[in-house]
Amino acid sequence: MTRAKKTWPALVALVALVLAACGGNGATETPETPETQAPETTAEPFVFGMILVGPQDDRGWSQAHFEGGKYVEEKMGAQMIVIDKVNPADRPDTSVEQVVDQMVEQGAQLIFATSDDMKDGILAAAKAYPDVPMIWSSGDSAWDIGKAYAGLPNLGNIMGQMEYGKMMAGCAAALKTETGSIGYLGPLINDETRRLTNSAYLGARYCYENYRGLNPDDLTFSVNWIGFWFNIPGVTLDPTQVTNDFFDGGADVVISGIDTTEALVRAGQRSAAGEKVWAVPYDYRGACAEAPEVCLGVPYFNWGPSYLEVARSVADGTFEATFQWVGPDWSDINNPDTSAIGFEFGEGLGDARADLEDFIAGLASGEIDLWVGPLNYQDGTPFLAAGEKATDLQIWYMPQLLEGMIGASSAE
Amino acid sequence: MKRALRAVPAVWSVLAALVVSVGLLALAGAPPFEALVLVLDGAVGDGGRMADTLMSWVPLTLASAGLVVTFVAGLWNIGVEGQVIAGAIGATWAARTIPGDGLVVIPAALAVGVVAGAVWALAAGVLKTRGGVNEIFGGLGLGFVAQSVATYLIIGPWKRAGIASTSGTEPFREEVWLPTVGGTRLSPVAVLLAVAVIFLVWALLRGTRFGLRLKAVGANPASARLLGVPTEATVLRAFALGGGLAGLAGAVLATGIQHKLVPAIAGGRGFLAILVVLLAAYRIVWVAPIALFFAILSVGSAQLQLRLDLDSSIGGVLQGILVLFVILIGGWQALYRRGEP
Repeated sequence: MTRAKKTWPALVALVALVLAACGGNGATETPETPETQAPETTAEPFVFGMILVGPQDDRGWSQAHFEGGKYVEEKMGAQMIVIDKVNPADRPDTSVEQVVDQMVEQGAQLIFATSDDMKDGILAAAKAYPDVPMIWSSGDSAWDIGKAYAGLPNLGNIMGQMEYGKMMAGCAAALKTETGSIGYLGPLINDETRRLTNSAYLGARYCYENYRGLNPDDLTFSVNWIGFWFNIPGVTLDPTQVTNDFFDGGADVVISGIDTTEALVRAGQRSAAGEKVWAVPYDYRGACAEAPEVCLGVPYFNWGPSYLEVARSVADGTFEATFQWVGPDWSDINNPDTSAIGFEFGEGLGDARADLEDFIAGLASGEIDLWVGPLNYQDGTPFLAAGEKATDLQIWYMPQLLEGMIGASSAE
Repeated sequence: MKRALRAVPAVWSVLAALVVSVGLLALAGAPPFEALVLVLDGAVGDGGRMADTLMSWVPLTLASAGLVVTFVAGLWNIGVEGQVIAGAIGATWAARTIPGDGLVVIPAALAVGVVAGAVWALAAGVLKTRGGVNEIFGGLGLGFVAQSVATYLIIGPWKRAGIASTSGTEPFREEVWLPTVGGTRLSPVAVLLAVAVIFLVWALLRGTRFGLRLKAVGANPASARLLGVPTEATVLRAFALGGGLAGLAGAVLATGIQHKLVPAIAGGRGFLAILVVLLAAYRIVWVAPIALFFAILSVGSAQLQLRLDLDSSIGGVLQGILVLFVILIGGWQALYRRGEP
């Protein structure tokens, strides 16, 4: 009996530990997901699958895709099969290939794999189901002049031209900063993130110089990468902590490049404590709602129209596995039916809004083109000679950050 | 009778957890029985799903079998997660470094995984026997170290060209993947390994001098020492064996499931193994079915979202309920026994 007495407290402690460990993947603050309302149609509805890397309500990357899928459901009377948090940390026993098996069996005629992280899985799945059209969003496997062309006739790519959105984000930050110091909360380092971070820097420099009348060389632009698209405790850096470090180090605006909204949330808390700080979230049109008063605006993806187009092409048999790098609708970047990317102004912007609108108008008219030399890479090697314009390939595959930026261009 | 009673925690906990789960699913507005059937169907509904479930069962079973060995010796070896990661790191090193075809590289990768897991566990063992560090703290600490080493390797020396991401290493060349059958992801080698390990641990504990020593040390280390059992050597061997099996689990995960190293390669299986072994009351024959139950839950719960559009965390909630009932029913039993004359 003494043994039992001794063992049970230990067991309870252990099991509590196990519980804590298992609890890691259960931490969504979601209210119950609404029932899918498949519109009543006489014909069999078009069925498509949507594989998300993060929670479908992350107020960021994954939610933007989820909303894109909802848009397709609405416009086509289609039916979406969705699964979120498909990554080895959240779902150790659910791989992209497994999910594709299930979705095909459920009748999916088109499948969206919506993360850079799903590359290996979706390439394998596309080979396993050569008759099922698939889209790997943000990828370059279907770009025949790209570096990673896979030549799979059923796997296309869609990505928004977020370079423009990030230029707007950088501009907003530069219009607002009082300390002349901006932090960029980066995810992992790859072609996409270098490209977008560089875009933000270019936008920031332009607006610091042209609207503030200040020397852009005096602008501090630091990048810190957490290691993944979102926080994985024990694996990535903690984005909240990184945001704190930026603010503690003198930055007063943090631009987020990650899938989730930690930068904005933290900025909101510090602002409530009396600090003058702001943030620019990313990905999802409604992201500012987390802390509206410190939000300078959000560059967001509007996947709906592109996804609808590809779904329609599958439905009418004209699908082609193409690489689409879709730009904004410059006549109205916030048109939900036509623009692949947009920028929602934030309350925090205040009087600076007029300048940002002017900047956006300049981008729209082509008057402002920031991909023009002279530009150097971070280590001083030339990227573009004076007057030289960057090609799509040069922009997509930037090997380094740009000169003047602080932070790592690749793994040390 | 005693035996049956000892098996009771598993059976009653699972039953009670199922009942509460049904209630919760109903509260969440889901058809509870349909949901449970879907989970089962999603895990064993056809050959491909059974294959996935078995492949989820293998590493959990291997890690649990290793834990049985150390638990029998009275060692709270809860650093299993770290030992699984160490095994995966070892196997990844072999798969990336050793030239040759699968016949050479795969056995080497599995062997290096076993050694790496054993070394990781032995570190906790030596910290205990020579450093006086309780194996719970040593094991947990070493687990964090293993996780950090894996992350460092993935983002550093083993990074993909031009990329710094904790997403994972480049996949291994296909010839060093564990071979699969029938167009599924089932690797017969992995399943055979798990079955063989169950049998070996069963035989070891049942019919060998080493097994007896383990039990003696587990029951009362002081008396065991007085009776001439080499306690320290037995403890360290138990750690090495337990860690080696956890390492094998990691090697299977790397070469047979992920085909690369990812930071979350262990995916909590080390912690889940603790639960499996507690439910099994340390008995190896129960490990196989209980691990299978968890594999079914883990693989099948994706259906809750795919088919019923339920929140994906429901699967985790079901697991949590189970854990609670293990504590509760175990606690009641302890109380009841104490009340006996």
